[in-house]
Amino acid sequence: MTIAPAQAAMYQEEREELISGSEAIGIACALADVDVITAYPIRPYDTVMQYVSKLKADGAFDCDFIVAESEHSQFEIVKHASAVGARTFCGSSGVGWFYAFEAIAVTAGLRLPVVAMVGNRALDDPGAFGVEHNDALAVRDLGWMLYWVATAQEALDIALLAYKVAEDPRVFLPFALSCDGSFLTHSQAIVNVPTFEQVQKFLPNYDRGRLLLHPDNPITIAPQVNEDWLMEIRRQSDEAMRRSTAVIKEHYEDFKRTFGRGDPSPFIEEYMVDDAEIVLVGMGTLALPARVAVRRLREAGKKVGFLRVKFFRPFATEEIQEALSRCKAVAVIDRDYSYGSPANGGVLFNELRSAMYAASNHPHILNFIAGLGGREVLVRDINGIVDTTQQAIDIGKIEQETTWVAVRE
Amino acid sequence: MSTVAVEVVYRGIFQKSLARNIVRSIVFAARKEGKIGTAFGRYGDSPERNGIPAKQFAIVADTAEELEENLAVYQAHEVDVTINVDDTLCKGVESWAWYGLEPINKLTKPNGTLIVTSRQTAESLIEDIHQREEPFSLSIIPGVPSFSGLWVYKDDHTDVRILGTLCKVCPQLVSLKSMVEAIKDQGWSDLKITSAEKAYERATDRPVEPGEGSASVPFSFELPGWKTMEEGLVIRGQGAGGGFRGGEEGFQPDRNEVFKKWSTRSMRPVVNFETCIKCTLCWLQCPDTCFDVTPDGLFDANMEACCGCGVCEAVCPVPECVTMVNEAEFNDNNSQWEAWQLDKDGYKKWMTVLIEKEKLVERTHGFHHVGQYAEEAANAGDN
Ligand code: SF4
Ligand code: SF4
Repeated sequence: MTIAPAQAAMYQEEREELISGSEAIGIACALADVDVITAYPIRPYDTVMQYVSKLKADGAFDCDFIVAESEHSQFEIVKHASAVGARTFCGSSGVGWFYAFEAIAVTAGLRLPVVAMVGNRALDDPGAFGVEHNDALAVRDLGWMLYWVATAQEALDIALLAYKVAEDPRVFLPFALSCDGSFLTHSQAIVNVPTFEQVQKFLPNYDRGRLLLHPDNPITIAPQVNEDWLMEIRRQSDEAMRRSTAVIKEHYEDFKRTFGRGDPSPFIEEYMVDDAEIVLVGMGTLALPARVAVRRLREAGKKVGFLRVKFFRPFATEEIQEALSRCKAVAVIDRDYSYGSPANGGVLFNELRSAMYAASNHPHILNFIAGLGGREVLVRDINGIVDTTQQAIDIGKIEQETTWVAVRE
Repeated sequence: MSTVAVEVVYRGIFQKSLARNIVRSIVFAARKEGKIGTAFGRYGDSPERNGIPAKQFAIVADTAEELEENLAVYQAHEVDVTINVDDTLCKGVESWAWYGLEPINKLTKPNGTLIVTSRQTAESLIEDIHQREEPFSLSIIPGVPSFSGLWVYKDDHTDVRILGTLCKVCPQLVSLKSMVEAIKDQGWSDLKITSAEKAYERATDRPVEPGEGSASVPFSFELPGWKTMEEGLVIRGQGAGGGFRGGEEGFQPDRNEVFKKWSTRSMRPVVNFETCIKCTLCWLQCPDTCFDVTPDGLFDANMEACCGCGVCEAVCPVPECVTMVNEAEFNDNNSQWEAWQLDKDGYKKWMTVLIEKEKLVERTHGFHHVGQYAEEAANAGDN
């Protein structure tokens, strides 16, 4: 594939930029030389479309940039573009993501490797721009891979990984990058921007192969099927999602080799978990205050750790079971809710508790709902969570499964 | 081991690029010294509207771990330096999120510095700034507040003058040398470097003692809890209102006591009650129902409610009956009609001085008169 000279010229040397998580994803799109990008404004996702249009206006990104008339069309366009062999990117937030839901569901059904960014935002009404994870979590059952980013650097890195995994013919599933509204989408941090050469070495062209919708390859996609075919089709998608675990591992190793950075595991981040008696669990930028709290508690002699769930789909059941096999209690901090669910808890909590059912060790698992609508989760909130969890250890039972943190009575 | 935080308090849209230039330059300069930083806007201010009080922050630390203590927040919890790029914000900052009115130096650490760009004297500014228990320093950069639009940037060197001053008043942040390098890196002209250096040399510092400043108490309120809040996302409307100051005559609408937004105002209307022909246009057109109808059928713009949009001035059919005047000229939100009632001659003199003074200055922003933009564009073409 040929790359526009101005675009290539932008990324000849490794450099540092002061950019937001959204801007980092915009740059990743330029580095991955995405062909088709669709946009429709909604805060906080719109920071990506603003940046991509700026790169395009500057001549630094040659792509088809289509501002659709709604989120539904936005996702329909990339779905079709992906079917005809274009590398695609789009995204949305909150209810915008929900408005596109029909297209979002069929993209996974058709096994199209669309990469999308979800700028996590509370679901209106009431109108709120701050982060909650319920928007992105809504695709958890549909065959989308789902990743929660914690820093702007990680946003850039995982956007590149996303293309490599999603476009791997063993997977061919869409990939959503979840970025906390404000804390990632609107905060600028120092980010290392790799070169085109490095990215090209890592990321091959998208090859749809025998599935390409093209006159030279006459096929029909998306047929009407009923009870006669559907179970087999679902089972195929299920197998693709199962296969993705090994593919992610493989490509993440490759990523680390090429770019010289990354965590031991692509699926989870373990922060002082090894010898911890209490392990906090959370997703996204919650990692930042959590790590600070863990450091301070460690200084005070308390054995606390933090486990960040990075991939929500595929869910790293075995790694999580293993990581939590030694602790006495787990405190899952959900930036989401699931009304009427078991324990009236959050989505992550119920998922994790279910994963731990088959584990050899059964720590107490408590749930904390915190930071909804973007409310800051402070170190003192996390200290309170640790105290409540310690009480469960001390008395040997959980008195209250789910606690809402820092909610005004 | 240290972390330094700086906030820029500015007028939404009009000064957004200015604030962004300042906070980004701070992080770039700190990077020159091997430090790590972040720059971000207060998310509660977004989407920004014209003139609303807004904030951006720069936080720099020696290590990534130290910086982490200040990430994933809506605003810094305290700052070493507050930079106020519109002096009228010294009266207080009411975010469009529900924070109430906050003193300009609310986040400034004890013995921290407040930098203000202003033509006013320190004494005049201190009259506006709420008193507090800890001392701080006031550093004034002489000049009019720099205003522009979203798509244009007025490159009047306010950004680099502030950055130069900042290096002087907060040496633990970055050296002037690193700041100059950061300015160069951004492709800014040598002239801007000179401006930064001059500002560094000329920076002044006025200690403000506890108890100095305005004694007024900023309005605040209790946020409801989930048990006390009405269900179904219902917000009750304000009452219909009643007579002027609770009396039998005139009319005064009920107003929200906890969300006033007058700190959005950088100009306010001054009314000449003697030439008013009682046409009602200001009262009808004011987008915020600011006018109280007085017992004698006049219209008194209520300064607890006015956001300074200038519509009343634009619609008033009588020349110089309503004039928008720089907010920096005032120290309170008192009723003009009541002042006029007490001393009509005195009021007239006061008003005439203000209006004449206003004619001499070029308006930096806001709604002046219909066709203003076309005139300015034509004049710009002449030069
Ligand atoms: S400037 Fe005039 S029209 Fe605008 S809010 Fe104030 S009183 Fe109302
Ligand atoms: S618009 Fe002017 S003349 Fe008309 S009522 Fe208001 S102040 Fe008086």
